[in-house]
Amino acid sequence: MPTLDHIVLVGASAAGLTAADALRREGFTGTLTMVGEELRTPYDRPPLSKQVLAGDWEPHRSTLRQDTDIQRLRMNLRLGCRATGLDTAERVVTLADGDRLGYDGLIITTGLRPRRLPFGHELAGVHVLRTLDETLTLRAQLLAGPRVVVIGAGFLGSEIAATTRGLGLDVTLVDVEPTPLARQVGTWVGGLAGDMHRDHGVRLRMRRHVTGMTGDNGRVTAVVLDDGTRLPADVVVVAIGSVPATEWLAGSGLALGDGVLCDVTCRAAPRVYAAGDVANWPHPAAGGRVRLEQRTNATQQALTAAKNLLSGPAEAVPYAPVPFGWTDHYGTKIQTCGWCPSDATIEVVDGDPQPRKADGDPQARKFVALYKVDGRVVGALGWNSARALREYRSHLTENSAA
Amino acid sequence: MKILIDEGKCVGAGQCVLAAADVFDQRDEDGIVILLDAVPPHELLPQVQDAAARCPALAIEVVE
Ligand SMILES: Cc1cc2nc3c(=O)[nH]c(=O)nc-3n(C[C@H](O)[C@H](O)[C@H](O)COP(=O)(O)OP(=O)(O)OC[C@H]3O[C@@H](n4cnc5c(N)ncnc54)[C@H](O)[C@@H]3O)c2cc1C
Ligand code: SF4
Repeated sequence: MPTLDHIVLVGASAAGLTAADALRREGFTGTLTMVGEELRTPYDRPPLSKQVLAGDWEPHRSTLRQDTDIQRLRMNLRLGCRATGLDTAERVVTLADGDRLGYDGLIITTGLRPRRLPFGHELAGVHVLRTLDETLTLRAQLLAGPRVVVIGAGFLGSEIAATTRGLGLDVTLVDVEPTPLARQVGTWVGGLAGDMHRDHGVRLRMRRHVTGMTGDNGRVTAVVLDDGTRLPADVVVVAIGSVPATEWLAGSGLALGDGVLCDVTCRAAPRVYAAGDVANWPHPAAGGRVRLEQRTNATQQALTAAKNLLSGPAEAVPYAPVPFGWTDHYGTKIQTCGWCPSDATIEVVDGDPQPRKADGDPQARKFVALYKVDGRVVGALGWNSARALREYRSHLTENSAA
Repeated sequence: MKILIDEGKCVGAGQCVLAAADVFDQRDEDGIVILLDAVPPHELLPQVQDAAARCPALAIEVVE
């Protein structure tokens, strides 16, 4: 067991707070410092593109821990404070205000930053969505009744399109792929998701690249596509993926790639661990390095990283979760477990993807689809089938443990 | 020990059922958590705490 008197956590969100909880629960009594760039009390992100953007939740409902729970963790909580550097030889984290924090254990949970287009972001009305403040700014602009173009039909863009449409706005969703969610879950489920958008009156422009935006007096007026189409827009949301927030680690000696490169125990260097969206590690069952952008992973991985930091490398356990994610659009819940690669063969095992109800109620759609690669089940997706999916999830757990 | 759940926050991830199947279940329609036992026996405390820690929506509160 390493001697640990001062543990520093960088990134004050889902993974960081879980790590803090776990350290205290596992009996760490030393000094704990948490550094977070955002000023707000740590909050959860999944509700942002759903309940908060829709206005169904007051923003504070997404708060991750009540003040009393945070106080119980006995941390030096440094919010509104960016980590700007790390020296793993000296074991020091440098902060934007010039402070230097020595540590004997460090957990990196800095998550992601939205990827941007090379153009358009200087125009008013063009948004990205990762933080609560960005959500509230976007929501305020949506209340004026704008025409909306969402660029990117992955989980985030699809949810934003659905929520925005739910506010009664004119919405166009653009992506280079043939269907929404194609990269995330393949075009078969993606096709159903596309139908759902169309049924709700969202205009889809698939297989189209965005080549530019036009503006007038510094405000966006349109999005231009590669076929020359001009989509008039008052508000544009760019949801084209995210990049790991590792810029502050340049020159730290840590191996960086698509995130902080860790070993199978989430360790990036002696006494340095990473967890959540920023962590990249070799998953024993996946046959290679992975990085997951899923809320349950932030929690699970932070638990493992915290325990492994405390126990030391000799006792550390490998991190081999069955990934689990979800997305909600128009009251439909899509959940995935395991891996759902776009080139997998799909087998529907439970329910009916094309219910022929007289009233044509798309809510009646309910099924579980298995994802097979080379005849082996690697993942499962539930469409309005949370409970049924859980059964398949336990099978995947057994498979990956074997 | 007493368990409080916030159905409005639950996202139907089922992490709680995987952690403590004697205490939690999910509704068939939407996967929202069902509390099978609001005052479970003390020996289940570690499992219940694990469920609360793993719940991605922080919908489970354990009052000891
Ligand atoms: C709008 C939205 C909706 C989502 N919906 C779902 C969903 O439905 N289902 C699902 O499974 N997942 C969803 N996700 C993904 C999920 O929210 C993430 O997996 C989760 O937030 C990851 O947590 P994290 O703590 O690793 O990183 P983050 O939540 O990104 O937190 C990282 C924190 O670190 C801070 N930070 C970064 N750099 C520094 C620095 N240098 N110094 C100090 N602090 C720093 C950041 O400001 C941030 O607060 C959604 C994400 C978003 C944005
Ligand atoms: S783990 Fe939390 S979110 Fe998931 S079903 Fe249980 S209570 Fe709901």
